[in-house]
This record gives sequence, structure tokens and C-alpha cells, in this order.
Amino acid sequence: MSELGRVLVLAGGLSHERDISLRSGSRVAEELRDLGIQVELRDADAAFVRSVPADPPDVVLPLLHGSQGEDGSLRTVLEMLRLPYVGAGPAASRLAFDKPTANTVVARAGLNVPEAWVLPHATFRDLGADALLSRAMRALGLPLVVQPARGGSALGCSIVHDVSELPSAMVGCFAYGEDALLQHHVAGTEVAVSVIDTGDGPVALPPVEIVPDGPFYDYQARYTAGATEFFVPARLDPATRDAVAEAAVTAHLVLGLRDLSRSDLIVDADGVPWFLEANVAPGMTETSLFPLAVAGSGQTLGEVLLALLQRARNR
Amino acid sequence: MSTRTPDLPEHRGRSLRHGSRLDSYVDRYAERTLGMTASQIRSLFAVASRPEVVSLAGGMPTIASLPLDIIGEQLADLVRHDGQSALQYGSGQGDPRLREQITDVMRTVGINGHPDDVVVTVGSQQALDLVTRIFVDPGDTVLVEAPSYVGALSTFRSYQAVVHHVAMDEHGLVPEALRAAIRAGQRAGTQPKFLYTIPNYHNPAGVTQTAQRRAEILQIAEAEDLLVVEDDPYGLLGFDADPPRAIRADLHDGVIYLGSFSKTFAPGLRVGWALAPHAVREKLVLAAEASVLCPPALNQLAVSRYLESYDWLGQVKVFRELYRERRDAMLDALDELLPDGSHWTRPEGGFYVWLTLPDGLDSQAMLPRAVTDRVAYVPGTAFYADGFGTRAMRLSYCFPTPDRIREGVRRLAGVVEQELDLVRTFGPGHLSDRAGLSLPAPDLT
Repeated sequence: MSELGRVLVLAGGLSHERDISLRSGSRVAEELRDLGIQVELRDADAAFVRSVPADPPDVVLPLLHGSQGEDGSLRTVLEMLRLPYVGAGPAASRLAFDKPTANTVVARAGLNVPEAWVLPHATFRDLGADALLSRAMRALGLPLVVQPARGGSALGCSIVHDVSELPSAMVGCFAYGEDALLQHHVAGTEVAVSVIDTGDGPVALPPVEIVPDGPFYDYQARYTAGATEFFVPARLDPATRDAVAEAAVTAHLVLGLRDLSRSDLIVDADGVPWFLEANVAPGMTETSLFPLAVAGSGQTLGEVLLALLQRARNR
Repeated sequence: MSTRTPDLPEHRGRSLRHGSRLDSYVDRYAERTLGMTASQIRSLFAVASRPEVVSLAGGMPTIASLPLDIIGEQLADLVRHDGQSALQYGSGQGDPRLREQITDVMRTVGINGHPDDVVVTVGSQQALDLVTRIFVDPGDTVLVEAPSYVGALSTFRSYQAVVHHVAMDEHGLVPEALRAAIRAGQRAGTQPKFLYTIPNYHNPAGVTQTAQRRAEILQIAEAEDLLVVEDDPYGLLGFDADPPRAIRADLHDGVIYLGSFSKTFAPGLRVGWALAPHAVREKLVLAAEASVLCPPALNQLAVSRYLESYDWLGQVKVFRELYRERRDAMLDALDELLPDGSHWTRPEGGFYVWLTLPDGLDSQAMLPRAVTDRVAYVPGTAFYADGFGTRAMRLSYCFPTPDRIREGVRRLAGVVEQELDLVRTFGPGHLSDRAGLSLPAPDLT
């Protein structure tokens, strides 16, 4: 334990997911302290950057979600400060955070990705929203998923079942970001597959099956205990279970991710896994999927994070 | 590389084989918890607390102007010399001396109350909770202004009340709308348990009931046997005139008056009160004892000592000047920066401006963009129980400095312009899917 030194858990930030990040940070700090590790939990603010030269931590666990935390910018700062940290580097984070680009990369690697178009508001404004949305609906069919091209926690995400819902969905989406991703909706079993690499290569943890009470796994379903039912491992046949695990590991590898990630997938009625997105800083709250997968693997969250921290420290 | 998924060991995750909701009690909660869920809008306010964000959302008083050194000395002296009382249980009704002083405070708004009819509470929010507890059964009707205080709506919801909004305009509650609401209830066979009103410097609407309106509302209350719950946290914080005369000043038995030291002294002490007719007061005391045994003695005595030993009315004047300057800063900035089609109230006291956005905009849908641009407000829907208020927002000027207020309004104006651009592109259809919008509640602000 002693060689690990002082761990800095960074949580908070200024993204729309600040609240979730604070909850993740608080939980993780507690888990690590239970293992006797010296932990400092703090926000990623200007005071943090100023404090590093005089009192650098030995290793950093960045738990900021959303922009800054997952778009590579915070990790660039950590590189500039020459601090070892858990998780993907700046370039891979940037790649994974941008859903359209990530989708292209994983599709080239052979994963199934739902057909999608991404457009900024300016294009809709300049070329005519009605025509473009009509075209999108014809091509992608209904229902279709409208979501920001970057961001997590299903913020700004809608499933559109009728053309009359589109303006609302578009306005809601653009409130969270500059680009909208319009994606074919794949019906099926929603699963999240966490991947960890403690030194022997990336390993998929048991897939977590998500069954929300409501129409989809939205913010309320994600963060209200009791609003969603989880199955670990997912109720998939062994071949499909291996297929989703392989898809998550493939995504982890081709996106250049490191240490940990979580891929979200849908398994359709034919048992085909469809890749939705990869997360470089998966949530660690009491209702988050990564800790559920860790528990399902027979480990504790603290044990897994400790192994990842030691690996980062020795990098 | 391994892609095989390990099986679950029996000692961990066993319950997850059969599905877990991560809450062992999910089937046992009372019905009143149904709305108690995570909210992405509420989560955005975690960002608003950061200094990079100009928050025009919260209603925090500026307590920096309080004489903190003097209060510190008073508290130390209190514990040193009256610690045996200050650190002990006290009366469920509240400290007798403080209740006397509260009657003095109420005289400034024209109320001649008796200390025996005062119940000291943990902020006026607890008074509101107790009043609702003793009057409202699930399904009972409560009348409130449109819009109304979000904390009151939460209380009414937690007691499963049916909330009916009654129209307001720039002169406060509209008497004709009140009559119509009562008639509608009578036709449906229901009698409202009470009318909840904030006559002075309304939260969130920023308007004040005129004297004529108060007289009309009194007439209606007497004629219809309607109990009035008058919430008056801001009455002493008028900018240009003497405190308006309370409704309770002219109707003794038909009004429960709620007061607070949170805006005129310190919200952290959580000391408020209810002045109620004798029989009601008895039940309030019993309900309070069942809830908290007694209000905190130390906090009550701290307020009592402050009222006794400090020029508290002079301090209220300091607050009034400070908030007037901030109100002016906000109104000037709104006048200068907000686009055509927006309009807002011009408060003569209190903390809040109620802003109505140009047609087609949705303040709740716009909030994430505002947070991205480092400004926060409370969407108007928070102040309605029925989904109204989509075009509106509450802006508070009580906490940020005038410079920050101006900067916040500048950022807000930019956000509104961007949102207008979006609505021009996609149309205003997003307003149509808000639950409850078809309900016939008035939205005159």
C-alpha cells in the first residue's frame, strides 16, 4: 500500500454532470480509504492546478464526467502537470467522447453500429430543418434517437416516436451541445460492459443488463435507486454474453483506451450486439453500472481501483 | 486478452442474478414519495454553486452585511451566561420571551397579536408544514397563486394535496379569479382547505398585492369562509414605502400568518413562526411537538438576544438599501440587454424578478445552455404544480453583487438569443409535450 502514496481523486468540474461526478468521487474516496489508502478528494479548479507544483499527488484518479472530464482536456492538463493518472490519455479520450467519430472507428473494427447522422444546428438553420429532418426520418425510421454528439448520462437524449416530437427533441439536444446525433433506434436488451486492464490486457467484466421502469434509461432511471432493475450477468445466452464482452474489449482496444472503460450496447431480437458508446470515466455512484459489474465479478470496487492506481503509478 | 465473462461467485452479487433495484425498500415507500426522484434539472444546480457561474437562481440573503463580530459576542455571552437554557430542551411552542418579541416585530406590519398565539418554528417552512399537516388530507384542495413558492408546492405535494393555481397580475392575486376558483370547487363538491398567499414582494413573481386587492380578498375570505395562510417573509424588505399592512391585521380568526427571521436576520438559524387563532395554535403546538419536540433553544435565544441588543430595524434598513441597489442593477440590465418579446415584473421589495421569455421559448429546456454559458436561474415550471410556467423564469438579485448581476443578465441575454435562433430553426413544438400544459391554470405574469 505504501508505494502507492497519496491518491488524488478529482471530481466535480463544470460540466452538466458535475453532480454525478461529485457522487462518484465521494463513493470512490470512501472505498479507497477503507483500504487504508491516503486519499484527497477535490474539485478540478484553478486552485488544483496552482497547488500541484508545491504538493503533487502520487497518482490521480480523474472522475469528472462529461466535457473536460472525458473530452481529453483534463487529461491534457494532467499530462502537462506530469501527474500519473488512471484512464485513457487525451487523444483516446477525445476520440471516444465524440460519439460519431468513435462509432466510425469501432464500425471499421467490425462492430455493428446503428446508422446515424450528425449535424450542427447551423446546418439545420441554413439548409432547412424540415427537409433535413424529413430525410432523416425516412432514412433512419421511427422511432429514432436524438442526442448530443458528445456527453453522457443521457442528458439531452430523446427517443422520438412521432414527427411532432422532433422539435422538442432537437431543442433539448442542442441545449447540451453544438452537434446533434440522429440515430436509428435499435430495440432490444440494453447492456453495459465494463472493461478493466490491470496489466494482463483488457478483460470484460460481467455484462450488466438494464431494465428501466420507464420508456428508456434516462437520467431519472439512472440515478434514482429503485427506478431500474439490473441483472448481473445479463440474461443472455453464453454465446451472446461472450459476443458483447468481445465487442466491449474490441472498442476499448481500437479506441486506444487504457485501464478502464465502459461500453453501452443493445442486443437486438436476433442476438446481435450493437455498439452505442464508450465511456472513459464511467460513473461510480451507488446506482452506476461499473461498480455493479465489479461486484458481479466477485471483486470489490476498492480492490479494482487499487490495482488500476498501482498500474498508473508505475507507468 | 480475455473476453470471457466470469460467473458470479455465490457470496457476491447473488441477488443480482435475480435482478436488483439497488433499493431493498422499493416496494415499501409511501405513495407520497412518488415524485421523489433524481432530476436532471435539479442536478444542474450543482454547477450553479461554482464561482464561475453567476447564479440568479437561489434566494440566499446577503448576510455579509450582518454585524458578525457583535453577533459572535452575543452568542458567546449567551452560552456563557444562559447556557443552561440555551442548551436545554425548551417549550414546544417556543421561547416565551421570543414570542413576545415576535409580536413586536409583527406590529410593524399592523398586526396586534398575542404571544400565546405565536408558535415558533424551524423556519417558516416548518410552520407551513405544520399548517398543512393539521388541515390537509390526501386529495384535499389548496388554492395558491399562479405562480407560487416552490417550497410551499413541495409541502402541499408531500401531503398529497390537490393544488389549484389562482391568477395573479401586477397587483397580486386577482379577486375575480379567486371567486371563480371557489365556485369551480363548489360545483365539483369541494371546499378548499385554505388559500396560500404571499402578498408582499412575492416569491417568485416579485409583485405586491395592492391595499384594494387585500380588502377584496378579505371580503371573499369572510363571505366564503375561506381560511387564508399569509406567508410574509419579505414584508419588511420594501424599497420605497413603509411595510404593507398585513392581511392578518384586519382579519383575526380567518388568517394564519407566517413570519420568518431568515430574510431580516439569518437563514442559518432557521427561526420562523406562525400566528394562528387559538384553537389552531393548540393543534400546531401538538403537531410541532410530534415533529421536533421543540424548536432549537440556542437559535431562538440567539434571535431574541439580537432583537433585544441590536438595532435590528437599522439592519433591515441596510438590507433594504443593499437589495434596492441590486434590484436596480437587474432591472437596468434587463431593460438594456433582453430581446424584444421578453417582459418582467418590477419588484418594489424582496428578492425576485419574474421574467417571461419571448413566445416559443422554454426556460427549462434552455437551462443546460445557460449553465454552459455560466449563468443559472430557476425555470418557471418549478413554481407551478400543473406544468405551467414554461416561458417564465425566476431571477433573484439578493445574493450577487450589482456587477455580477449585470454580467449574469448579459450572459442570459446571449442564451436567450441562441435559443430564439433554435426555435426559429425547429419551431416551438417543444412546448406541447410538457405534462399538464393543457390544464386551465392561468399564467398572467
